[in-house]
Parts: sequence; C-alpha cells; structure tokens
Amino acid sequence: MKPENQELRVIDTAHLIGEVEDYRNKGYRLVNMSCTRAGEEFEISYSFELDLRFENIRIIIPLDADISSISGIYWGAFIYENEMHDLFGVHVRGMNIDFKGNLIRTTVPYSFRNPSFRGEGPCQDR
Amino acid sequence: MTYLKKSPWLLHYDASSCNGCDIEVLACLTPLYDVERFGIINTGNPKHADVFVVTGGVNEQNREVIRNIYEQMPEPKVVVAVGICAASGGVFRECSNISGGIDQLIPVDVYVPGCAARPESIIDGIVKSLEILEEKRIQMKERAKQKEQGRSPGGGER
Amino acid sequence: MSRQIVMPFGPQHPVLPEPIHLDLVLEDETVVDVIPSIGYIHRGLETLVEKRQFPEYVYIAERTCGICSFIHGMTYCQGIERVMGLEVPERAHYLRTIWSEYSRLHSHLLWLGLFADSMGFENLFMNAWKHREFVLDVMEETTGGRVIQGSCKVGGVRRDIDQDTLKRMNADLKGFEKGLKEMANVFLNDDSVASRLRGVGVLSRNDAYVCGAVGPTGRGSGVPIDARMTGYAAYGELGFSPVVEQDGDCYARCAVRVNELFSSIEIIRQSIDRIPGGEIEVKVKGNPEGEYFSRSEQPRGELVHYVKGNGTKYLARSRIRTPTLTNIPPLVKMLQGCELADVPVIVLSIDPCIGCMER
Repeated sequence: MKPENQELRVIDTAHLIGEVEDYRNKGYRLVNMSCTRAGEEFEISYSFELDLRFENIRIIIPLDADISSISGIYWGAFIYENEMHDLFGVHVRGMNIDFKGNLIRTTVPYSFRNPSFRGEGPCQDR
Repeated sequence: MTYLKKSPWLLHYDASSCNGCDIEVLACLTPLYDVERFGIINTGNPKHADVFVVTGGVNEQNREVIRNIYEQMPEPKVVVAVGICAASGGVFRECSNISGGIDQLIPVDVYVPGCAARPESIIDGIVKSLEILEEKRIQMKERAKQKEQGRSPGGGER
Repeated sequence: MSRQIVMPFGPQHPVLPEPIHLDLVLEDETVVDVIPSIGYIHRGLETLVEKRQFPEYVYIAERTCGICSFIHGMTYCQGIERVMGLEVPERAHYLRTIWSEYSRLHSHLLWLGLFADSMGFENLFMNAWKHREFVLDVMEETTGGRVIQGSCKVGGVRRDIDQDTLKRMNADLKGFEKGLKEMANVFLNDDSVASRLRGVGVLSRNDAYVCGAVGPTGRGSGVPIDARMTGYAAYGELGFSPVVEQDGDCYARCAVRVNELFSSIEIIRQSIDRIPGGEIEVKVKGNPEGEYFSRSEQPRGELVHYVKGNGTKYLARSRIRTPTLTNIPPLVKMLQGCELADVPVIVLSIDPCIGCMER
C-alpha cells in the first residue's frame, strides 16, 4: 500500500474565498468540508482533489464567528454547510440553499458543539 | 404453529437503523428465505398491515412518524422490534439523538435479537408475532361480544 | 404560468427501504424544484469517539451503514494506521481487498434488485437478490457475519482465509459469473428496462463535477473518479480501471454498476491469485496522535474518514463523509425538470444510503 500524500495549509479566514476560487479555476473538485472543535475554536477544513492530488485548506475561527459560504463557487457545498450549521452551530453567510437549521433536526440543538450522551442506565428506566 | 389461517401483511419502517437489519428484513422476502410462502406480504400502506416491523432505535425526527404509522394500523396489530438497536438502542444507545428502543414509544410484542438480526431469526420472530396476533384477535372479538351483550368485563383487562 | 404545488415524497414510501423526505415543487406533472430534508436516521455516532477507545470505535464505524460495513471499518482502520505509522502485513491488505470487493458485489446486487423493483420489474428484483445470497454465503463463511462482518481491526484483520477455501472461492466465482451474465443481459438489453431508463434523470458531465458527484453517479456521467486508483489496500498492485459511461442518465448509472460487478469479480480473482502468505496483523502499541483523511471507494462512491487523535485512547474527532451526502446535490439537479412518475427511479439511481448519509 502506498500512503497518499496529503497537503494541509492553514490559511487566513479573509483569504478563504480567493483560495477556493483558485481551486475551482484549476479544475479541482470539492471532496469534503469538515468541522472540528479544538478547545475554544473551530477548525474548518476544505478538501479538494484533482487527478489524485488531495489538498486541504483550513481556517480556524472562534466559536461564535461566522464564515462566508463557498456555495457560490461550488454549488453542491450547501449540503456540507447546512450540516455544519445544524451540528456545530457555525453560522454560514450567503448559502445558495439555506435550510435554516432544518436539514438535520436533533434532540439537542447543535449536538456536536458540546457532545452530550444519554445516561447509561437501562432504557426501560425513564 | 403448523399452518397459518390468515395471510398477514407486514409494514416495515426503518427508525434510524444502520441498514443491516433492513436489508435482512428484505432478504426474508426474496427467494432463499421467501416468507411469501406463508402468505406474508410486505406492504407500504399502514392501513393494510397487521404486523409492524421496526428496525433501529428511535430518534427525534422519527417519533411522530412511528406513532402515526402505528396509530393508522387497524386493530388487532402486533409490533416486532428487529435487531438490538430496536430493543435498546444497541451500540448507539449513548448517542444524544437516540431515545432508546422502540418500546419507549409504542408497545412491542416480539423482540428479535442480533446485530444484524439474521433472516432465520426474523422469520422466527414474525411467526411468533402471528400467534400473538391471533390471540389479540380472539380477545378483540370477545370484548366486542361482551360489549354487545351490554356487560362490561370491569376488570380493565385488555 | 401554471399553478405550483408542493408534494411531499417520503419519509415512509414503498419504494424506499429507508426514510428520506423530499418536497417536490410541481408544475402539473413536471418537477421544477426539490428540497431534500434528512435527519430521520441521524444518530450522532461521530460523537461516540469520546466514549469508545479507538480500537473499539471500529465497531461503531462499521455500523455507520449495514450495506458497506466492511469498507467503513477498513477505511477507519487505514486512517488510524496511517496516523500511528503502522505497517500492515501484505496478506491483510489482500484479504481486505477481497472482502471489499465481495461487499461491492453484494451492495450492487442489492441495488440492482431495488432498482428493478422501482421500475416495477419484480422478477428481476428477486433474481438479483437470489444471486446476492451467494455473496453473503461467502461472507458468512469467511468472516462469520452476513452483513456486519467485524473482521477488520486496527493493525490488520481478525481472521485469515486458508488456501483451500480461497481456491474454492475462486472456482465458485465461475458459476456465479455465469448467472450474473444472464441477469446483466436483461438490465442492459431489455427493451422495457431501456425505455424506462434511457434519457431519464440526465446529469451532465459538468454538473456532475461541480456538484461533487462521486462513485457510479459521477462515473455514469463520464467523470472517471474512483478512489481505488489511489492504491489503498492492495489495489495499487492489481490491474483494473474505473468503469465509465458517458450518457449521464439512469441507464448509464445502471450500466456502470452492472459492469462493476464483473470488474469486482476480476479483482477478486487477481487478489486470490497473488495473495502472499504471512502474518495478518501487527501489534498496536501506543495511541494515535495526528490527523489523516482516509479515502476509499465504497459501492456508492468515495468515502472519507477523517480521524484526529490527541495522544490518548480516545480520538479527538472522527468525521465520516459518505458518498450519499455528496450525491444529494447532483440528485437535486437530476430531479429538476423530470416527470413526477420518474422520481422514484431517479432517487434510487444514485443508490441512496440514508444510514450512511446521516450517521
């Protein structure tokens, strides 16, 4: 097995749209957007691929900050952005299709922000 | 049970299962296991169904759907919870979005174990549920008869 | 302009084995817009990394989806192995490849059956599922489980397959392939199937690329994306090329999957011929620290497991990006402008796996 080389660059939030446009113009496809909570910050990673070259860019934002949508550049990005909003409570400005928090309805709002778990007792015991 | 008097129809609903049990429920209908030889048919309409087969644990969005489907089914009816998730939530029991097994929401008559439940045990569970269905039907008739005669059983036994 | 009405499709619908809800905006019989809403199977299993140690989380990863369970487990293990710098023995890579391809066979046959059912072709449905049982028997014999195998672990695999069994598996493939050829003939050459699928739900190559279509959905539109080309597991040493069709309609997506059945059989044959002897696992010491995007090709398309370890037994984050999630925007594009009666066929043509999608 040959492990894949993966480039990861942390960029400034202000350069996000420019960088993503660059990838689009070079013909990369959007593979993934993912959000990770690291202490009091969110790491948001964007992954792109062209001809088996896999590259990631990452922005780091405070918990209550909002980010601009890239759905104007990659039309299909709305599904990741809505998911990110519903699970982490990251506010995304200017999505082309905004579900307003109704894509994934959860018992606990923004359940991935501060993950909580059900008690471990038997289920019948309510 | 040596033979079935009636041809019971199934309604299958997937309440946040991983699909493993769902495809095994479907596999029961296909040539190798073939429950249709017992006259059992999978239907999509709750009003046609006698047996409600649920897989997976209940989550928030599913609550209303399951209750709706259950209430739309005509009496008598039985519920079969297929797989460990439907019994207790299984490996997902701690997830914040899971409320536990199906019995948190509607009464369950038969629990089928397994992750994923094997087609053999699903068929076993469904056949078992048919006995319960038959009992419920007799009880229902009994109750209707008593009502007609103007006598209430009084004990509150269902 | 005629009057627009909104019609709900799902969540409980006869053609869908799983709940998904679509709001279809209709003008007469034509769909003008589609609003998908999901969350009926959302469990929040990614948060369980805080409750399960990283070797145990394999079981959760496998249960993301019961159809491609083995590949989920394998992709997660590959991520952890990369982060920890583990060298997995060659034999384990080959065994993983063999089981992955059997998973693909079982998943594609399952889909072909459901797809035939959505066209109202019940005989073909039963036929596809009859062939599928052969694959499940092999799975059960070699791993112990029919749909959830549990045979993959961090550092290798849990069970070996002995040479005699491998030999017999190889021999059995012949009869299986013969049966599949007969069935494939119906899917690819039958008039009534073709008239139901040709020109329905067209996704152009450009739309497929921009919307991020992956797997057979993308390959049916002429986008040759196949994560197996990255050479994970033993794929780098085997000869194969992605199956691509150009038309972008339901027929093309169906043809991709039918032809992939034979390509999978070929990969299994090659793997069985070349499998080396030796160990099947390495000892895992220490805890993962670092991050990796582990990619693999699921039956439905490219799967990404992002794992991030923080040096403890519990991972900091697992994110599972499943192919169905990525294929939802292309589905919206396909449905715009189609006829109401074609909606079930088009929805099924992306092979939606809702359990995967919502996790």
